[in-house]
Amino acid sequence: MALDKTGIAKRIAQELQDGWYVNLGIGIPTLVANYIPEGIEVEFQSENGILGMGPFPFEGEEDPDLINAGKQTITARAGASFFDSAMSFAMIRGQHVQLTVLGAMEVSQNGDIANWKIPGKMVKGMGGAMDLVASADNIIVAMMHSNKAGESKILKNCTLPLTGVGCVKKVVTELAVLEIKDGKFHLIERAPGVSVEEIISKTEGDLVVPDFVPEMQL
Amino acid sequence: MNKVVKDPAAALDGIQDGMTLMVGGFGLCGIPENSIAELVKMGTKNLTCISNNAGVDDFGLGLLLQAKQVKKMISSYVGENDEFERQMLSGELEVDLIPQGSLAERCRAGGAGIPAFFTPAGYGTEVAEGKEVRIFNGKPHILESALTADYAIVKAWKGDTEGNLIYKATARNFNPMMAMAGKITIAEVEELVPAGTLDPNQIHTPGIFVQRIFQGEKFEKRIEQRTVRSKQ
Repeated sequence: MALDKTGIAKRIAQELQDGWYVNLGIGIPTLVANYIPEGIEVEFQSENGILGMGPFPFEGEEDPDLINAGKQTITARAGASFFDSAMSFAMIRGQHVQLTVLGAMEVSQNGDIANWKIPGKMVKGMGGAMDLVASADNIIVAMMHSNKAGESKILKNCTLPLTGVGCVKKVVTELAVLEIKDGKFHLIERAPGVSVEEIISKTEGDLVVPDFVPEMQL
Repeated sequence: MNKVVKDPAAALDGIQDGMTLMVGGFGLCGIPENSIAELVKMGTKNLTCISNNAGVDDFGLGLLLQAKQVKKMISSYVGENDEFERQMLSGELEVDLIPQGSLAERCRAGGAGIPAFFTPAGYGTEVAEGKEVRIFNGKPHILESALTADYAIVKAWKGDTEGNLIYKATARNFNPMMAMAGKITIAEVEELVPAGTLDPNQIHTPGIFVQRIFQGEKFEKRIEQRTVRSKQ
């Protein structure tokens, strides 16, 4: 069975390590915050200017001055801090944030990512995505393996305008966990009940498949 | 030095057609809403606005767009605004999209006397087109130039008569850097207090960066994405 969005978030949450500062993008990445493994402590950074982002506020307790990068009302945890946008991106560019999780329209086998622009469609802008992918040491992409037309998003080369080059290290989709190294995708895990053949057939880029591919443990 | 002016009209005095304005805020959070309303009243045209976002159709910078007062937007993300989209697609509005961190740093650099800097953000993308590339520590970076403005308009939580500012929570965002980068910086605050009232240890923007300050009459503080959880 292919994973749903929650399943992808749960699998990515297993990558979190104690003491990490983490930036979560909009969409599936945001869900990762709900599945922090027991016994570890991580802090979430949102690039509009908060470290120590907490859950959504209770109804009636929303503060218009306290939002995340998706412009959603949030809360601040004990020990949180606020700062301006230049300092926020100093944290990101200066590699003080250990993990960035974000969505993508396409990823290529050399780690390029495209997630901000579709030619011919309304361009909304890259926001902080280019700064995040150019700077983070550890970037995990959370996305579906194929687009709505059924075409693979795991490619030899991206076809859409790039957000960053050679930056993605790992991709988690509803079907598989893939690592990117030496210019190829490497199949690390498959979703429970998903066959290696299905993953191969839905992956356009070069894929290295080991003899044994374990199922994800969720 | 007393920086206090009596109202938004006095604060915005001197802003003319064709000028470049920086406008603080992220989404609708921390925007100088009283000043934006006054700009609409003034009807100043052909403005270049440097602001992370472009507001929504009927609030924030969206109000200036509706009144067709903006010639060019310099932003990082401009979704959530139909009128913006219409003007952009019809060619009425010029748009320069900049990575958010580069936008923040370009404003900071403009205020800090640093004409340009290298950043890895945007290397290998269309943002890098026409920009100098240099390798530092084995990694390619692109040259980005500083931004300044004829007027910077920022919003703070508290301010004093000397122009010292304190922001609240994530309403700080671009306001401190833009305050630094305006030739004339206007601060609108929720609460204006006499000098000596604010703790100097807690000041975010020192008064040297602020030329005019006033207390906003009212703040709607519209929420763009109201997200809550239930108490169960």
